[in-house]
Amino acid sequence: MNQENENPDLTEDEKKLFKDLMPEDLKEIMDTGFSRRHFLKLISIAGTGVLASHLLGAEQLLARPLAQPSLNELTTAQVENGVRVSFKVNGFNKNLLVDSRMTLLDTVRERMELTGAKKGCDHGQCGACTMIVDGKRILSCLTLAASCEGKSVTTIEGIANGTDLHPIQAAFIKHDSFQCGYCTPGQICSAVALLAEAKNGEVSYVTDQVNVPKKPLQLSENEIRERMSGNICRCGAYPNIVAAIREVQSGKSVEQKWNFAG
Amino acid sequence: MRPFKYTHVNTVQSATQLVSTHSNAKFLAGGTNILDLMKEDVERPDELLDITFLKVADIKMITEGPNKGGVSLGALSNNTETANHELIRLNHPLLTQAILAGASAQIRNMATNGGNLMQRTRCPYFYDVDMPCNKRVPGSGCGAMEGINRMHAIFGWSSKCIAVYPSDMAVALAVLDATVQVANSKGQQRRIAFTDFHRLPGENPEKDNNLLPGELITAIELPPNKFASHSYYLKVRDRASYAFALVSVAAGLELNGNNIVQAKIALGGVAHKPWRALRAEELLKGKEATEANFQAAAEAEMNQAKPLEYNRFKVELGKRAIVRALDMAMNNGSK
Ligand SMILES: Cc1cc2nc3c(=O)[nH]c(=O)nc-3n(C[C@H](O)[C@H](O)[C@H](O)COP(=O)(O)OP(=O)(O)OC[C@H]3O[C@@H](n4cnc5c(N)ncnc54)[C@H](O)[C@@H]3O)c2cc1C
Ligand code: SF4
Ligand code: FES
Ligand code: FES
Repeated sequence: MNQENENPDLTEDEKKLFKDLMPEDLKEIMDTGFSRRHFLKLISIAGTGVLASHLLGAEQLLARPLAQPSLNELTTAQVENGVRVSFKVNGFNKNLLVDSRMTLLDTVRERMELTGAKKGCDHGQCGACTMIVDGKRILSCLTLAASCEGKSVTTIEGIANGTDLHPIQAAFIKHDSFQCGYCTPGQICSAVALLAEAKNGEVSYVTDQVNVPKKPLQLSENEIRERMSGNICRCGAYPNIVAAIREVQSGKSVEQKWNFAG
Repeated sequence: MRPFKYTHVNTVQSATQLVSTHSNAKFLAGGTNILDLMKEDVERPDELLDITFLKVADIKMITEGPNKGGVSLGALSNNTETANHELIRLNHPLLTQAILAGASAQIRNMATNGGNLMQRTRCPYFYDVDMPCNKRVPGSGCGAMEGINRMHAIFGWSSKCIAVYPSDMAVALAVLDATVQVANSKGQQRRIAFTDFHRLPGENPEKDNNLLPGELITAIELPPNKFASHSYYLKVRDRASYAFALVSVAAGLELNGNNIVQAKIALGGVAHKPWRALRAEELLKGKEATEANFQAAAEAEMNQAKPLEYNRFKVELGKRAIVRALDMAMNNGSK
């Protein structure tokens, strides 16, 4: 984060976050013209503790673009095989010139300042780059940006509704479904799409009977494991990932397997 | 990745014409295989013709027909919608299972039916451009022959190439008596029986299949089958999910009581194309559906195998997998 902040005032989202976290200090902060820089420091000093889950929410929020970043434009002369393409990213229309070789993953990370989606393998083998395109989960490392014309892309930054976490995000925090967090954006996008697939009655390789008409499905642990097998977690957080998804998918509380120390 | 030109094509005519006249152009469908291979520098097209923007309704749909009880799979329908379409789930559940045994949910959402048939081998020596490989560079030799050939063929290989064809979907299509519908730049259509679509390597392993230059797959047609309630796709792999098959078996049993009117069996992971187990099928015809008969049929088929240095295990594994798949088919696929 740039220390010499060009944007010293708190944004509306940050004010709201501050209000949630430290309501007693809000007035003083606002009156004294508290700067964004201090705010960010404060957030990082607070570190762990009882506020951890809120802070994870804060991280989410801060990972979002605070305003729509301007695309650094390329000109046709700069690109050998330029393709002009328009598509939506998290609800915003984007129109840009890309090198035909650019994947959706690299385009979103490098041209749109949305670095939530991760590059794990770049070969379709890990799921870290999972995004949702026109309602379906896909791998952005094997998708050309040029082929996204007219499509609607959702990245991890677009999963929450403003500051309200998606139930899957909240459940990941409750169940401590990550360690290093590298696979997490992909896991969450994948899980969000999985909910819709189950609702739509889509079967999997481990579904007992496939030759039956479609109806919404309640997923067992085994089903969730199979359906999430395209998302690899090197930290092995699988049991907690499955618990989080099971809780949201079933709508019934699943016991949390960890507690804060002290 | 090397530079390439990217072009949208809107009609079958323009797609086939461009691919015939631009010598180094290739079709781009879901991209899950070709982009991976371009990143590895194995595929080096100088133009990609994106066929996902084709404005032909049928090519993106699953439709009934052309014959009663049959179904036509658009070449650009994706694997997920194909597997989960009710016409497939109810009448061809074997295909549903085979597709869902492959790759991951994300990849199946991207992968098209046409692209699935055209995917290239996963032979590690084919992927490694520093290795000799007759499939990648004809005449350069075969790195796998004297190498680690655990994943390679036990049926139908040649001294030029021992690779296996990786698709799960195709193993089911081989027992479903599918036909592949293709179009060329002159506006002509051609139908290829599925079992004649892929090739054995012979002297020309660079050719995976019998599609001619300039042809586009438009659909895959399935006739009605008589074993929808007695079929199963079994996949044996190194981990429970998201891995290619060591051996897989697609089995369908047409029964009259406990008697086998006709058995249809194909194996994946053992040859350069889906391997129809014709010998086993022949032995089971008219027999009772018993464990002993399944065993005898499996032995007869697998005893013809020619394993390589590191894949002898596939012979025994194949026998057991055939018997298991037939058992599962008897139970209507129920686990
Ligand atoms: C990590 C990973 C794991 C996988 N695991 C499995 C697995 O377990 N089982 C399995 O079966 N598969 C597996 N796959 C392979 C996957 O199923 C294929 O990559 C996919 O089916 C290819 O389809 P596509 O539409 O993406 O093809 P593309 O990559 O777009 O194209 C592949 C080739 O087909 C040609 N082509 C495409 N459409 C047509 C057409 N209509 N007519 C003529 N030519 C055409 C293209 O020119 C290209 O040469 C895996 C892939 C990955 C990346
Ligand atoms: S087995 Fe076939 S694909 Fe593999 S190295 Fe040999 S020639 Fe190439
Ligand atoms: S980075 Fe896309 S699957 Fe690994
Ligand atoms: S949390 Fe580290 S890779 Fe999944």
